[in-house]
Amino acid sequence: MINDFNYLRPGTLKEALAMYEEHDDCKVICGGQSLLIVMRQGMIAPENLLDIKRIKELDYIKFDKKEGLRIGATTTHRSIEKSDVVKKNYPVLVSMENKLASIQVRNWGTIGGNIAHADPAGDPAPVLIALKANIKVGSAKGDRTMPLEDFFVDYFETVLTKGELVLEIQVPPPEPKTGAAYQKFNLLESDMGVVAAAASVTLDGNGKCKDARIVLGNAGATPRRVKRAEELLVGKALKESLFAEAGKIASEDCEPVADIHASEEHRRHLLGVLTKRMLKQAWEQAKA
Amino acid sequence: MEKILLQLNVNGQGYELYINPKTLLVEAIRDHIGLTGTKRGCDTVSCGACTVMIDGMSVKSCSVLAAQAEGTRITTIEGLEDNGKLAPIQKAFIDHGAYQCGFCAPGMIMSAQALLNENPDPTEWEIREGIEGNICRCTGYNSIVRAINATAKGKYTEDRS
Repeated sequence: MINDFNYLRPGTLKEALAMYEEHDDCKVICGGQSLLIVMRQGMIAPENLLDIKRIKELDYIKFDKKEGLRIGATTTHRSIEKSDVVKKNYPVLVSMENKLASIQVRNWGTIGGNIAHADPAGDPAPVLIALKANIKVGSAKGDRTMPLEDFFVDYFETVLTKGELVLEIQVPPPEPKTGAAYQKFNLLESDMGVVAAAASVTLDGNGKCKDARIVLGNAGATPRRVKRAEELLVGKALKESLFAEAGKIASEDCEPVADIHASEEHRRHLLGVLTKRMLKQAWEQAKA
Repeated sequence: MEKILLQLNVNGQGYELYINPKTLLVEAIRDHIGLTGTKRGCDTVSCGACTVMIDGMSVKSCSVLAAQAEGTRITTIEGLEDNGKLAPIQKAFIDHGAYQCGFCAPGMIMSAQALLNENPDPTEWEIREGIEGNICRCTGYNSIVRAINATAKGKYTEDRS
């Protein structure tokens, strides 16, 4: 049963930030595809609900070859999935979105809401972190921008302070000789991942690994990079045995919990396999 | 809690509602407006029985606040027929036995119609992806896919009887 709340519906971003600053015990709703479920379960019962769904100023996808990609917080998953400019420059984002929940959820749910909800099983964060994304947040007092990997604190907890909204996701321009891949393991296609892995690989002029990122989803309280495995790869001529070794490290350097869907051991095993496969896919794209 | 005054446009008709802001779109449509074709199933964004269209896009009305749909065009299963004549997709569902218990059908048909609006000539795989957010517990998926396919192939364009 959803609790009674005071409904706040600002028309502009400025109004929204002022209202958010003013009201205590206030939650933000945009698409509400996650929030309304936890409200219905009675897990949270805010006194005030600030609805930013209709703030058009935050609904945009902009791309510039030098600046990279900028996605406004209230942009829907479906807009990202169907964006030609995203498809051309960041195909891994489109394939990730295409497997995020169902069409209905993607039509109404937003990228900012997904990130701010900070569910460790969320699909966008691992991919965006692998792509070195930043996040811009802001309140009536001003904005700040940080690497997305620094945004998450714990299960469903972020660095957002009172009155602060997610404003924008920023992805740097695609680097040459780079590939990126993401896969989650799930039983039903439109489910959340039991676990997930994202990888990106950049090669130098000699075909050696210049840079690599490995990010795990649902492998602990927050999306997490496997830095020990990334360091293993950088500077080396890549080969499949290295990916297997990186996968082994990934299965060790994580803190998955057991639940009805999978045991901890099974999750560790899957994370190892997915890491190995995603690195290989990213590498093959980088070579092409 | 203060009640709010809402103007909703459902199937081209305007409705004025004075309701608790926590009212979900599915509740507004069924309990306040009285259009009970839209079904309330899992209430957790999983089953798709409550699917309606907002500005032509399929959404699950159990997870949208009624207030968020103000200023949009909402279409429910009742909005597909034209002067008592069924829409092609509805006729196709009957002909292909794509109704079993019928509970998923309104949501399934709204997803199918949204798919066809966007992609008039889908492949079988695209049809299956198009209804990924709708569960049929009678497992009548093959008949449903055949009905959508027949509609896409133009088998029902003339026939609105």
